[in-house]
Amino acid sequence: MAVATATPRGIRRRLVGPGLRRLWSPVAETQGLARVMFVTGATITLFFLVLAFFARWIAPYGFTQYQAHGHRFAQLAHPSAHHLMGTTVESDDVLSRVVWGAQTELKVVFLALVLSLLAGVPLGLVSGYFSGWLDRILVLVMDALFAFPPLLLAIVIAFLLGSTVSSGVVTAAIAITATYVPQYFRVVRNHVISVREETYVEAARALGARPFTIISRYVFFNVVQNVPVIATLNAADAILTLAGLGFLGYGVQPTQAAEWGYDVQRALSDATNGIWWTGLFPGLAIVLLVAGLTLLGEGLNETLNPVLRRRRFGRIDFGPIAPGEEERT
Amino acid sequence: MRAVDGVSIEIGSGEVLGLVGESGCGKSTLGRGILGLLPEGARADGEVLYGGRNLVGLPQKALRRLRGPDLGLIFQEPMTRLNPLSRIEDHFRETLKQHEPHLGEREIRKRSLETLGKMGIPPTRFRQYPHEFSGGMRQRIMIALALVLRPKLLIADEPTTSLDVIVEGQILALLADLRQNFGTALLLITHNLGIVAESCDRMAVMYAGRIAEEGPVRDVFADPAHPYTRELLRATISLDTKELHSIPGAPPNLMHPPPGCRFHPRCPDAMQVCVSEQPVERRLDGDRRVQCWLHGPEQRIPEGGRQKLDRERIGIADEA
Amino acid sequence: MKPDAVVSSDPRAETSLVSIRDLKTYYSIRGSFADRLVGREAGHVKAVDGVSLDIRRGEVLGLVGESGSGKTTLGRTLLGLARATGGEVVFEGRDITRLRESEFRHLRQRMQVVFQDPHASLNPAMTIGEAVGHPLRIQGVAKRRDDVRRRVVAVLEHVGLAPAEQFMDKYPSDLSGGQKQRAVIARAIILNPVLLVADEPVSMLDMSVRAKILELMLALKRDFDLTYLYITHDLATAKFFCDRIAIMYLGRIVEIGPSEAIYADPKHPYTQALLRAIPEPDPERSVPRDIPRGEVPDAASPPLGCTFHPRCPLAFEVCGWESRDLKDLLDARWARAGQEVYEAERALFGDLSALDQPSTRARLPAGKGVPGGDLLNVLESARADDPMEPFWSGVRRLSTAGDGIEVEWHEPIEPRLLESGEVDVACHLYDPGALRQAEDARGASDR
Repeated sequence: MAVATATPRGIRRRLVGPGLRRLWSPVAETQGLARVMFVTGATITLFFLVLAFFARWIAPYGFTQYQAHGHRFAQLAHPSAHHLMGTTVESDDVLSRVVWGAQTELKVVFLALVLSLLAGVPLGLVSGYFSGWLDRILVLVMDALFAFPPLLLAIVIAFLLGSTVSSGVVTAAIAITATYVPQYFRVVRNHVISVREETYVEAARALGARPFTIISRYVFFNVVQNVPVIATLNAADAILTLAGLGFLGYGVQPTQAAEWGYDVQRALSDATNGIWWTGLFPGLAIVLLVAGLTLLGEGLNETLNPVLRRRRFGRIDFGPIAPGEEERT
Repeated sequence: MRAVDGVSIEIGSGEVLGLVGESGCGKSTLGRGILGLLPEGARADGEVLYGGRNLVGLPQKALRRLRGPDLGLIFQEPMTRLNPLSRIEDHFRETLKQHEPHLGEREIRKRSLETLGKMGIPPTRFRQYPHEFSGGMRQRIMIALALVLRPKLLIADEPTTSLDVIVEGQILALLADLRQNFGTALLLITHNLGIVAESCDRMAVMYAGRIAEEGPVRDVFADPAHPYTRELLRATISLDTKELHSIPGAPPNLMHPPPGCRFHPRCPDAMQVCVSEQPVERRLDGDRRVQCWLHGPEQRIPEGGRQKLDRERIGIADEA
Repeated sequence: MKPDAVVSSDPRAETSLVSIRDLKTYYSIRGSFADRLVGREAGHVKAVDGVSLDIRRGEVLGLVGESGSGKTTLGRTLLGLARATGGEVVFEGRDITRLRESEFRHLRQRMQVVFQDPHASLNPAMTIGEAVGHPLRIQGVAKRRDDVRRRVVAVLEHVGLAPAEQFMDKYPSDLSGGQKQRAVIARAIILNPVLLVADEPVSMLDMSVRAKILELMLALKRDFDLTYLYITHDLATAKFFCDRIAIMYLGRIVEIGPSEAIYADPKHPYTQALLRAIPEPDPERSVPRDIPRGEVPDAASPPLGCTFHPRCPLAFEVCGWESRDLKDLLDARWARAGQEVYEAERALFGDLSALDQPSTRARLPAGKGVPGGDLLNVLESARADDPMEPFWSGVRRLSTAGDGIEVEWHEPIEPRLLESGEVDVACHLYDPGALRQAEDARGASDR
């Protein structure tokens, strides 16, 4: 009898450093649905990232630009050669607003993500490692925040901050941060609690390492594997929250930047008059970006999560069974 | 990766065969391969003949029907088959109902208590949950669950490795009596030569996916035919050990096994032919088999093949 | 700023590297929700329950026991990884029992540990070079990169991971079990400790590799003048490796003495059982049939008297017989006898829950309308089936009482570690006082 296990193929060896290679190899090995999701999501996200980065060169006009060459643009014009996605009631080019909006969305979400990570991860580390009263208090606070309906929480915070913080982008980012910090906190904390019991952590204690050293060298790298997945999925959700804020008039103010949610809200009245382009395009943009990030996140999850991972296997060929010799010595 | 590479063994009815080898030799894969329980991406080839049928290639449904009443399997970790949310009573009822649906409640209870009794589990604890039992008792329950279906063959994969030595002795005594009490044959997979010596009739030594040698336990211990067996016996630390011995080097990477005989880089008796040709299985007197060029056949060994291999010192980088 | 050294008053402590006196490490168990609501204490697990021993400089002391024996907890308490509940630990003449972690930190250079599982002892996120060199940085012994690297290379070569450059940048997942354990050992000795606690260092390794690691440890002992505390459940490797051996059972030492003496003439029945149970690679031997029954009991509520008595083939009057032993006896009887006998006899008894409480006296109600005499008959029948069963020596009185029966057992005596020949053993068989009391009890017993 012979049993053979196929080896995963397509492992790229020429990447920077052994660490990155270890990270990349599961990605290269995925197959099936996970791969499709990952690739699709990555493509869409990349598309929007390009729009955001190169908005200045891609967008035909500014986000509040209602005229060019001395001409004022037509109001509520149908999509045409001049305005591929039409214009709004204020003569703003919809296409430009969509492109600039991508920049706004991604700016805010990126800032929010960074802030959430900076707040949630260290708190999770400390809370999980030390336990005790600090842990109890933090868990209570985080659970309370988590229990709040996220959009409501964001609105409250945006409202409170709106008067003190001038930048709408920062206001929106902080508001969104508050809703996501509990997630990172919780995931990291739980992982830390299990890693804390591992032998190598006890070994570090036996060497005389201080808690800070243990947390940073021995615990941190072993608990952050889930964070990228959660960050991506949160980004998707954050886009929606931001759009929701914009829809309701909080966060980013129209004078500061283009925002898809705001545009959708403005387009509501247009819809009753049969004008579809002012609402459709920003709306579609929201849907696409969220879908792209979600697919990327889920694809990443299936890829990095060892339980869900489905590897690609090569073919196995068994040779002919070697004839058994039947001689006696 | 060839986990099991051309293995042939026979187990007679009621026999106890010990499959011994170190980690990575493929013994667990073989055990599961017999029952068709292989991980994803693994393929099996060859023949597993049971009751006149070849189990390799049987559809899952047919295999499922055989697993249980004909072929039982117990694992190293006794909690794997026990559902923490079900009472022991429920475990037995579920097992018996699945494979012998004609049994009534009373019969089920009778069979279960009888089997459990033989394993030393008192009837007073029939309605308890798995977590209320200690490790050794859970293993006994696992064995009882396998035996209640009166299988013809029980495959035990390292059944006592996670248990203390006194409990291990208790469990081994139970397993050694399977033939008398249940008429069941036993394939005992282990890394512990002591267990094989004390409980098995025959033994097969596995190395890097192949059977190095096989034969009656007494004969193999008294006069090992394969250098690996001999070295393994010398390396085993027992109460009589006066000197420590080890085998230089480490087991090979099964994805890129060495050419020729897989053991040759570590073998003190390696010859020229061992580097280039895989040894052929030979039958020896006394119902023994071995795969080693030391035992010929002469006509297959080329000119100069018998010359002792002059190996450079095995780099410690290859040391385990 | 180091606290003043506290020198223990015990004279033996001066020659010993480590002196442990009556050490206790208890863990409190969190009870059920209902318990906590009512404020009821759930009890303790007495992981280490009054252990005294010395580790002499330059020796290898083996600490042998099965799971639940407390050997690992003892090791961890010694290393300051677990907090002692009572007693004292003196290391190099200094009382370290109640040191705070910040005070203990500096001491860790002098005592190091090798854990059991080589696959879990190394940080997956650090290379071998980083991991082995980290103690130097942690303890502030070396800071400059080249200095650290030099010392890491030296110690890697010493443990057999040569050429060292080949291993410096590898991650633990790239190494085999034996290589990982060598790296763990390297990490432990790089600080030049004087004491090395090895907790089952080879039990997770293959047989062909064990000898290599044990040889390495012996060589290092010579080269670095180390003292070992070798914790294991495997008496075979302990015999080879250790100078003195201490056998532990449920938190206490039951026998301790020089290696040769323990193996040549084991005194405690538990030691004898451990030796008998080891599977020997000798086909002439078959599985031993006289192995003690049962398993290591629950440390949260251990048996009365001598904690080994329920499993001991040589137990007698004063060893601590109690109600739970009767429960075990009935359980075993009914497991053997078959369903009809079980059901018939069980019906004679009423509620058997009295047998769950540890006590030297138990009252068992009979089933409805069943005379107490019937219950006595069951017990007599059990006795007749196996008169040599040690349980019966512990029964002081067996009589009908009320609507059932009452059983009373002799008063238990807790065994103490006493000298007997070359070893110290905690067993009444070697305690003249206990033997005398047993004789008296026998005379006074009334069935």
